[in-house]
Amino acid sequence: MSELLQFLFSGLTVGAVYALVALGFTIIYNASDVVNFAQGEFVMLGGMITWFAHAAGLPLPLAALLAIIATAALGVAINKLAIEPARGAPIVTLIIITIGASVFVQGAAQLVFDKQIHTFPAFSGDTPLRVMDATIQPQSLWVIGGALVVFVGLWLFFTRTLLGRAVLATSNNRLAAQLVGINTNFVMTLSFALSAGIGALAGVLATPITLTAYNVGIGFALKGFAGAMLGGMGNPKGALAGGFLIGLIEAMTAGYLSSTYKEAAAFVVILLVLFFMPQGLFGRKSTERV
Amino acid sequence: MKKTLTTTVPAALIALGLAGGASAEIKIGASVSATGPAAFLGDPEAKTLEMLVEEQNAKGGINGEQIALVLYDDGGDANKARTFATRLIEDDEVQAIIGGTTTGTSMSILAVAEDAEIPFISLAGAIDIVQPVKPYTFKTPHTDRMACQKIFEDMQKRGIGKIGMISGTDGFGASMQAQCKDVVGEYGIEIAADETYDPKDADMTAQLTKLRNTEGVQAVLNPGFGQGPSIVTRNYRQLGIDLPLYQSHGVASDGFIELAGKEAAEGVRLPGTALLVADLLAEDDPQKPVVSTYKTAFEGKFKQPVGTFGGYAHDGFALLVDAVTRAGSTEPGAIRDALEQTQGLAGTTGIYTMTPEDHLGLDLSAFRMLEVRDGTWSIVE
Repeated sequence: MSELLQFLFSGLTVGAVYALVALGFTIIYNASDVVNFAQGEFVMLGGMITWFAHAAGLPLPLAALLAIIATAALGVAINKLAIEPARGAPIVTLIIITIGASVFVQGAAQLVFDKQIHTFPAFSGDTPLRVMDATIQPQSLWVIGGALVVFVGLWLFFTRTLLGRAVLATSNNRLAAQLVGINTNFVMTLSFALSAGIGALAGVLATPITLTAYNVGIGFALKGFAGAMLGGMGNPKGALAGGFLIGLIEAMTAGYLSSTYKEAAAFVVILLVLFFMPQGLFGRKSTERV
Repeated sequence: MKKTLTTTVPAALIALGLAGGASAEIKIGASVSATGPAAFLGDPEAKTLEMLVEEQNAKGGINGEQIALVLYDDGGDANKARTFATRLIEDDEVQAIIGGTTTGTSMSILAVAEDAEIPFISLAGAIDIVQPVKPYTFKTPHTDRMACQKIFEDMQKRGIGKIGMISGTDGFGASMQAQCKDVVGEYGIEIAADETYDPKDADMTAQLTKLRNTEGVQAVLNPGFGQGPSIVTRNYRQLGIDLPLYQSHGVASDGFIELAGKEAAEGVRLPGTALLVADLLAEDDPQKPVVSTYKTAFEGKFKQPVGTFGGYAHDGFALLVDAVTRAGSTEPGAIRDALEQTQGLAGTTGIYTMTPEDHLGLDLSAFRMLEVRDGTWSIVE
């Protein structure tokens, strides 16, 4: 019993990180149908900038805030400098541009920061919490809580606010959205800022657990992307569920089967879901409704 | 005809100029992974080589000749390493090559160097690089097999007969996992549970819970490098596992204690080099002066702690300087012969004595069994 609980905690910890990355994917996908493969770099920057600022003497909360704002600004810059000039290009081209941006950010990060692995202190100490006979790090609760808060925020944003609906409208039909007076350029800029900010937040929350280095972005992007696909691209609910599911599948496979099959198991499940439900678990209902 | 003239004349002029010049120079080539996935190993290696060449030149070079270092960054890519090795030999016309941060890049360079008969000193771990012995290839780091032997020796002394293993699935982890499983029988130790993790994983509590619940396990061994072993160490303490934890030489640096956290790292044992415990070495330890000099110079210049991997580059360069000095020649064949006759050269990793049958030249005494006590390394033998 305590074994199952321990595997559950392990899955939730990792799954929350994946979910946060998947939520970041959702926003840009909703605004532009583009899968932004630089999403993982935003996570890396969140961790690296916080570490750098903290090491330079800034208190941790301030360093984290700085990291989130700086990364959001970089997201806007990527949109303005790389995505917007290529407007009208096929979506595949835009996706390739995001991969290029990801390579660029990674290269810049190893020059600006360094090539070592870093971490900073956990927010509420390192003493594990004991539940029955299993343990969980307090920092895991921060990550899980972060994922839930971001999810609720996004869900409210997309369903309850005019701006959120404008994002969905832009995704559904850019021209029609412009005709009804939506500033689609602004919507895109906002999406990138928001998505980068959420990515950075994921980095800030996860670094005390996962550690950070200039090249951790790709790993986060892949797992987050898998989570978003599993849940249904573009749906916050799907991103949250998909992220957590992948984490849980990995932990359960490692715990009950064998750690050798851990990676494979997650991807087999994704393939099965996509095969039988091509839209993922939660489809794209929100866009269709607009 | 005309063409021959235009190429021959400048060539002759260059030849004359070189022959007439007062300072001929020794050209050393290097290809290391200063960027890419192995950057945290290759970066200190590149820095070390640049620093040592500068120092040696300031001291007057080797036998009065200045050293020119041609340094390439292969980014951990074996194909790039092969290209750079070819370029080093054909275009830069180097007399020896140091490098190959990873086993993959070392194997690429090795093939080119053997063909061109240029001495090559590898900085990577795998035993395949020098076994079977290749005439022009040498190597400075101990092998992962030796690390396993050192660890099992220590376990034997503590009366541990049954262990669990958790290994990274990267090249280093997988190779050491295989070597350990290969030699473990000789020590009468049984591997009761064998788990793995991806080097990018953020949580290993599931695998560790399995190890903990395996009947009779008396200790856990974790081959791996990078962030994985730090996370394993943290999760180990989170789960409150009370068994001895052994790490590999892949994490032998102060960074490991920092990343794992002082409390979590307490009691962790690993086979490390003298470099890590420079201050603790006995005054009459033959490695003491070498290790202290390198540590002081590197940390003073780059403001970052020395690590085992920069030490490998240090030893590669020291072997070469020693060989060229004894050979009294910069001819690649003479350097090779001198390298093979290296006797009792104290490096940061160990004391090298090469023979035609042994192009590594280290034995188990090069490893010191270290334990983390009060957030710092201590020697436990």
